Amino acid sequence: MQNAELFTLTYGAIVRQLLTDLEEVEEVNKQLDQMGYNIGIRLIDEFLAKSNVSRCVDFKETAEMIAKVGFKMFLGVTASVMNWDADGTCCSIVLEDNPLVDFVELPDTCQGLYYCNILSGVIRGALEMVAMKTEVTWIRDMLRGDDAYELQVKLLKQVPEEYPYKDDE
Amino acid sequence: MAAIYSLYIINKLGGLIFYKDYGSKGRMDTNDSLRVASLWHSMHAISQQLSPINGCSGIELLEADTFDLHCFQSLTGTKFFVVCETGTQHMEALLKVIYELYTDYVLKNPFYEMEMPIRCELFDINLTQAIQKNRLLSSLNQLC
Repeated sequence: MQNAELFTLTYGAIVRQLLTDLEEVEEVNKQLDQMGYNIGIRLIDEFLAKSNVSRCVDFKETAEMIAKVGFKMFLGVTASVMNWDADGTCCSIVLEDNPLVDFVELPDTCQGLYYCNILSGVIRGALEMVAMKTEVTWIRDMLRGDDAYELQVKLLKQVPEEYPYKDDE
Repeated sequence: MAAIYSLYIINKLGGLIFYKDYGSKGRMDTNDSLRVASLWHSMHAISQQLSPINGCSGIELLEADTFDLHCFQSLTGTKFFVVCETGTQHMEALLKVIYELYTDYVLKNPFYEMEMPIRCELFDINLTQAIQKNRLLSSLNQLC
């Protein structure tokens, strides 16, 4: 990335414009997630092509891929995976460093805003393209006063390819 | 000289999104290419069921008496396959290169609609270059 600041500034400009256009913080959250989703469905192939990874054996491996390889490749930061639940379908991805929020402070009028919500959409979109339906939500957000950025990624279900000839069943 | 006859790209639903033929052999009109793509999509899916071992990723190479067919399927379900002269080398590597070109010039084009036919000039240009390079590599290898 030639100038990471331009990226941060561009993202900030998008959020500001969405706030002006949509006025409601909840609408902006939704739109950021949708934009992220549209990015994620395209980004996944780039990730697969450039990182040359093979199919993950389980969701644990998938989460590690996202945190260690994905975040590194696209945001230049490494994240960590923690807080696994008993069946291994829900975990947290924790970011200490987040280039999207350099220089950002949330004003009182935007307290419900998930500034980095594009990231949750990206992960959801990318995983959907590799047959996983997930729910991605923010648990901790430094712009809201927490000490780190924590995303909860929950695997809802695996949706394997439908075979054309099995339609009669 | 080993030659590529045609290249197909099919989306995850089995629809043909890109078809290019090289040379005068094996030319197909639009309807035929759509039909063939759809058939291949089904055969590829069936082959995964035929496998005695779970987790088969489908046909990668089909060898016939007059041609070879190399197929690469990404984890997202998009298939790239090339019909070429028997014994053509380096096709897997070429398919990987084409996959990368697809992720760059097609997917990163904000005006490209997902799963729709590819009409991206930059993709065409870079694809031609990649095929030329591959042809050159093959002929150089044959000289050695």
